Amino acid sequence: MNLSLKQPSVLPGFGLTLGFTLFYFSLIVLIPLSGLFVKTSSLSWEQFWNIVTTPRAIASYQLTFGASLVGAFINGIFGSIIAWVLVRYHFPGRSVVDALVDLPFALPTAVAGITLTSIYASNGWIGRYLEPLGIKVAFTPLGVLVALTFIGLPFVVRTVQPVLQDLDREVEEAATTLGANRWQTFWAVIVPELWPALLTGIAMAFARAVGEYGSVIFIAGNMPLKSEITPLLIMTKLEQYDYAGATSLGVVMLVTSFVVALMINLLQWWSSARHMNQ
Amino acid sequence: MNPVTIATNTDLQWKDSLTTESSLVRWVLIGTAFLYLTLFLFVPLVAIFTEALKHGLSSYVDSFLNDDALAAIRLTLLVAAVAVPLNALFGVAAAWAIAKFEFVGKQALITLIDMPLAVSPVISGLIYVLLFGAQSWLGPWLAEHDIKIIFALPGIVLATIFVTVPFVARELIPLMQSQGREEEEAAITLGASGWQTFTRVTLPNIKWSLLYGVILCNARAMGEFGAVSVVSGHIRGLTNTMPLHVEILYNEYNAVAAFGVASLLTLLAIVTLSAKALIERKTVSLNRQNIHV
Repeated sequence: MNLSLKQPSVLPGFGLTLGFTLFYFSLIVLIPLSGLFVKTSSLSWEQFWNIVTTPRAIASYQLTFGASLVGAFINGIFGSIIAWVLVRYHFPGRSVVDALVDLPFALPTAVAGITLTSIYASNGWIGRYLEPLGIKVAFTPLGVLVALTFIGLPFVVRTVQPVLQDLDREVEEAATTLGANRWQTFWAVIVPELWPALLTGIAMAFARAVGEYGSVIFIAGNMPLKSEITPLLIMTKLEQYDYAGATSLGVVMLVTSFVVALMINLLQWWSSARHMNQ
Repeated sequence: MNPVTIATNTDLQWKDSLTTESSLVRWVLIGTAFLYLTLFLFVPLVAIFTEALKHGLSSYVDSFLNDDALAAIRLTLLVAAVAVPLNALFGVAAAWAIAKFEFVGKQALITLIDMPLAVSPVISGLIYVLLFGAQSWLGPWLAEHDIKIIFALPGIVLATIFVTVPFVARELIPLMQSQGREEEEAAITLGASGWQTFTRVTLPNIKWSLLYGVILCNARAMGEFGAVSVVSGHIRGLTNTMPLHVEILYNEYNAVAAFGVASLLTLLAIVTLSAKALIERKTVSLNRQNIHV
């Protein structure tokens, strides 16, 4: 360990804890993940490009990214409303609702998958009322959207909620005293404060949805070119021992996830920088 | 975010007429929130138990008191018993290094630790197949020495560890950073050993967050589906964890049994959420005491 890279301290255990951290994390995460890129590098650029641009692969990206994006925006709207209601209003059962918002985090994805499928199937509790309206959810791309919306639900609530809690009420009072009505105060005073957190939450919900597998495969129907998500396509290729195919698609997904993760970091940095300025 | 501000802000009542909406707007918003949560949370939650109990209590109990289900439960407990303590140890070590010292690359390390959360579960399994599968360059050597990793317990444990690596660290790092290092420095200066300082000064300060991190890590470890599905091979009674068992039962149109096993996992999720709420209340009231002193 190069000690000049570390500021002196009287506390012990730096070498031991950082050493263990780096060793464990490299062994479990970094080395296995880099294997994905090593494996892909055995392909030529042209081979790689042909694998990741087949019509079946492109259809799966469109569904995966499209449904993730729509789901994230639905959660952006309803997540903000839920966060607002939880912070600003008092109503019976508020603390139970607050705790339950995290259910999609805690519930195993396979359980979520079979449950949503049975509810939204044509004879299910909700599906049977949608069927006469001509809306089929289970075993269609719409089912993918339902599953991805479900698993993204907590993110916006949990990023917007603390910002709303911290919001200085006096600023709102000042706006009202200066003649703004509630709607003007909301748009000109509150919304600008919420933007970074809201965008962070939407990006997190999107990132989570893109990689999601368990809750989707039961409800999707999994028809190639129609209702097949990219993680399932990777799984299918693996089951056919097509390791080059699975790995190439894996690299596409991984790079996309890292770009989104980087954006989330920038958004968080932006929102904390705004807080510092105040 | 600083927990102290939560404590004081929840005490505020938003009743001031200057800064609240008409009761019509208020009830429309509450109604919208409830409708959305009903569709996506309440109905699914009720459906799991209704489906599981469809054919009465005895067939519900039968759904998890049979050899295959019990083997799945045992395997799930075993995997969590290995993965969770290792990740808890990692979380504590990482948080100690990051929160108590200043070193180059610290921010990068914090970002890196969150990385497994951004990786699709299918990829988390795939990387271990590439590393240890029969087609990998380690494959022939492993076969020669009769070491099974993929389609066996070690693969399931590895994939589970990968997916749950960040959970304890994520809880501890921000907390220990906000607590600073003065108390530990005082203990060391007064002659305590490093281990004494950790167990008597640091541990009491972080125990609730550590517990919550462990509970969260455990819930995810027991419920992981995608990553485990890739490396398991789905061998009944042997490499089937509870979520994989749910999948098999459901695909065999045995919905009652599938929801029966699923209901156990749901109870685990509910216990996890309750523990979170309790621990949050506990830390908020602790902070409140600190304010009054």
